[in-house]
Amino acid sequence: MSSYFDGSQPGPFGGGPRASGRGQGASGDTPSGFLGLQTSSFTDFLAAHSPGLLPGRVMPAAVPVPGADPDPRVPGQAIRDLPHATTIVAAICDGGVVLAGDRRATAGNMIAKRDVEKVFRSDEFSGMGYAGTGSVGIEFVRLFQVELEHYEKMEGRSLSLEGKANRLAFMVRGNLGAAMQGLVVVPLFVGYDEDGGRGRIFSYDVAGGPYEEQRFYSIGSGSLFARGALKKLYVDGMQPADAVLACVQALYDAADDDSATGGPDLPRRIFPIVATITADGFMKLPEAEAAQVAEQVIRERLTNPDGPRAALRNG
Amino acid sequence: MPFYVSPEQSMRDKADYARKGIARGRSCVALQYAGGILLVAPNPSSALHKISEIYDRIGFAAVGRYNEYENLRKAGVTYADITGYQFDRHDVTARGIANWYAQTLGTIFTESPKPFEVEIVVAEVGARPAEDQIYRITFDGSVTDEPGFVAFGGQADQVSAALKERYSDDMSLSEAFAAALAALSAPGNGERTERTEFAAAQLEVAILDRARDHRTFRRIRAARLEELLAEARSAPAAEAADDSSDAAPPGAASSGTAPSGTPPTGTPPTGPTSSTGPSSPSSPSDTEPPTGPAPGGSDRGTGLDGGSPL
Repeated sequence: MSSYFDGSQPGPFGGGPRASGRGQGASGDTPSGFLGLQTSSFTDFLAAHSPGLLPGRVMPAAVPVPGADPDPRVPGQAIRDLPHATTIVAAICDGGVVLAGDRRATAGNMIAKRDVEKVFRSDEFSGMGYAGTGSVGIEFVRLFQVELEHYEKMEGRSLSLEGKANRLAFMVRGNLGAAMQGLVVVPLFVGYDEDGGRGRIFSYDVAGGPYEEQRFYSIGSGSLFARGALKKLYVDGMQPADAVLACVQALYDAADDDSATGGPDLPRRIFPIVATITADGFMKLPEAEAAQVAEQVIRERLTNPDGPRAALRNG
Repeated sequence: MPFYVSPEQSMRDKADYARKGIARGRSCVALQYAGGILLVAPNPSSALHKISEIYDRIGFAAVGRYNEYENLRKAGVTYADITGYQFDRHDVTARGIANWYAQTLGTIFTESPKPFEVEIVVAEVGARPAEDQIYRITFDGSVTDEPGFVAFGGQADQVSAALKERYSDDMSLSEAFAAALAALSAPGNGERTERTEFAAAQLEVAILDRARDHRTFRRIRAARLEELLAEARSAPAAEAADDSSDAAPPGAASSGTAPSGTPPTGTPPTGPTSSTGPSSPSSPSDTEPPTGPAPGGSDRGTGLDGGSPL
């Protein structure tokens, strides 16, 4: 009877990621064990153990569609018609950071979904939003949540905020192949840095990052309009409640000018998802509060449709 | 090395070896209470844990050789995370993990020249006490379902008997902790021949808190642990003294630990209890999150205090 002593079968220690660079053990493609792991990164573990579970996988056979572009680098119509998600804003406030996102997903010219959630808690002191293909974005969010929790359980401590931002960059880079085939996801990562006692924002491009952003930032199809609004509304050291209002104003302006970004839907009571991250942790605004802020914005826009006017001169 | 060893002999030797290794250490206990499941282990180290979180509602406790059960712990966490990721968080169960541990330990026992000297308990807290589960997996991969309470490692039989006298359904956390402490302090546990008095720094205590959303595992340390110890010690002296004689009915014991300021018989000096003052206003931090080796200090970073569930 063969056993792992003679190398023909993996024992409980066989296979699995030994060190981040080495992938499978000597037993080749036999099922890997979980014992004797060297890595606390869930993503690295998946890459060695079950690469099919990573968001970056694209089955080549699935991509070509009859009548679609023959060049595999150009996204086929099927991929162009996947729901995309659209404007996320983040703003650093006194003692933390605010993250907000709209609720619309579009597929071509159709509204695919009115109540998408694009802002998520990653762990107690961090959160992320994403722009791009909705389904791949959801996978990113889930994988990142598990990545952070896994590290924490394995090591007995949380990653530093920079560590989390770096891990997300690795994941984004891992998705680059799929992104070039049209399954783009770009995250916006925010967190409360316990060492510094302040909020921080990290942005990414399709190939990774992270880029640390100061004050405020926005991603997605409506980001240019949102950033323009925040340029006029943002004040350094603003209180969380004011930062929330500024973000909702910015999202409203993005929805005003970008068809792929949705504004507040009063009849259906669908409002932007807003979260604040402070020393007290990640807190998603309850629907009633988000509604209050959105309704206040809308009420004021009835008289000033372009929103609060910034002073033309300083002083 | 002998030319030939009969399989029975080989297995028996391995089993004896493993049992001896496990009996050398201290016992651990896991028990149900009204608010969840309590896990207590004597552990002088603040960095090396015997009790850990596996998943949202699942906890892990082990006795024996540290590097071996630490390996198993990490593997169990990975198994749970991958199952939860592939399917859904609700699809990760203690039963599945216990079975996986049984398979793994069984394989190791049979194939490895040296068996693992470990005994593992996997506990899952349900929405109601009837749905709680506690599984014990021994060094050779046998799994047993242990409803209510279990003592394992060290002089498990004695601790178990002591615990059985004090255990009842629907205890409060204080009562459960007092029962666990009394059982662990009984003479004969480990190599001591008289009662052990545990200080907070010598205990590792954690709960799976039924009422919490998402991640239910919480370590009890520092001020909160001192509080529990003080409450347990202010139980009637008669309760504390008898281990082998007829136990006072658990109801009587628990009434002695009522929170309304038990008659101070010179016990709780102001030392340990005064430290509970500053921490009591902030409820999220009274049972500290399971991170970081350093007690107190700035080890936050986990748990769902005030956050929205995933």
